Amino acid sequence: MIALSDYLILGGILFSIAVAGIFLNRKNVIVLLMCIELMLLAVNTNFVAFSHFRHDITGQVFVFFILTVAAAEAAIGLAILVVLFRNRGTINVQDLDSLKG
Amino acid sequence: MGFEKFLFYCFAAMTVAAAGMVISRRNPVHAVLWMVVAFVSSAALWILLEAEFLGIVLVLVYVGAVMVLFLFVVMMLDIDIATLRAGFIRYLPVGALVAAVMLIEIVLVVGPAHFGLTAFPAPAPAGVAVNNTHDLGMLLYTVYVYPVELASVILLVAIVAAIRLTLRWRPDSKYIDPARQVRVKKGPDRLRIVKMASVGPAEMPAASLADTKE
Repeated sequence: MIALSDYLILGGILFSIAVAGIFLNRKNVIVLLMCIELMLLAVNTNFVAFSHFRHDITGQVFVFFILTVAAAEAAIGLAILVVLFRNRGTINVQDLDSLKG
Repeated sequence: MGFEKFLFYCFAAMTVAAAGMVISRRNPVHAVLWMVVAFVSSAALWILLEAEFLGIVLVLVYVGAVMVLFLFVVMMLDIDIATLRAGFIRYLPVGALVAAVMLIEIVLVVGPAHFGLTAFPAPAPAGVAVNNTHDLGMLLYTVYVYPVELASVILLVAIVAAIRLTLRWRPDSKYIDPARQVRVKKGPDRLRIVKMASVGPAEMPAASLADTKE
């Protein structure tokens, strides 16, 4: 049978790949957003696995809300990206320094 | 090895491979397409975990809406891939190192020693009588009804914010105020008859007649 640890390790692998992607593609905002989506996918997989093995459907309710917030985040993030590209002509993270941070 | 286990390893390998392709592809369009593969195989894993509703929602909402949105934006922006790829090799060692350390730590915590079959025995198959969508709906619309309302407000805010951010008033666009169109009255606004003296071709000056004949 498939153990809970198998699903948790899969979630860990996905999360680690996403972290590595953030390190590798640190100039491309689009890929950074996609890496965040991958992280959310890993966390959601953990929630669903725990919900299945604990016989508690509340975990799936959490996943439902995470999906909602992630969709909103992706929509607003991409809107900001489009405005950014319209104003600056680039999505390179290193060129986005108008806040002088 | 049961068929279920075979399916799990197939979809898990597909998910991990697709995630690896997402972060390593040069072209962002390819990365988005591999992301779709990762989401679809994860949806299969969720269905394997008897979360059928969320699996379908992942395909419909994520692959159908969010990834298509990503694809639109990626294809709309005219980005220079070469400069965005600069430093990929340079950051590869540190990225791989951080990911490996994180993975080892995670596996040490959630490995089979603590979350194996002895600690969490596999539940019996739910059977056809259990309706995952029904159960989730019963919980969402009773216990979690206020969070559901909040989630709907969050989505509304996302709609308004996305439209407001990307909307721009172009000064050269042809535009009629709808309020003024609605407010048109029957009398002088809508129809105005102008009396003009009719001018036939015979009464025109000879020069303009010559122009029209050419």
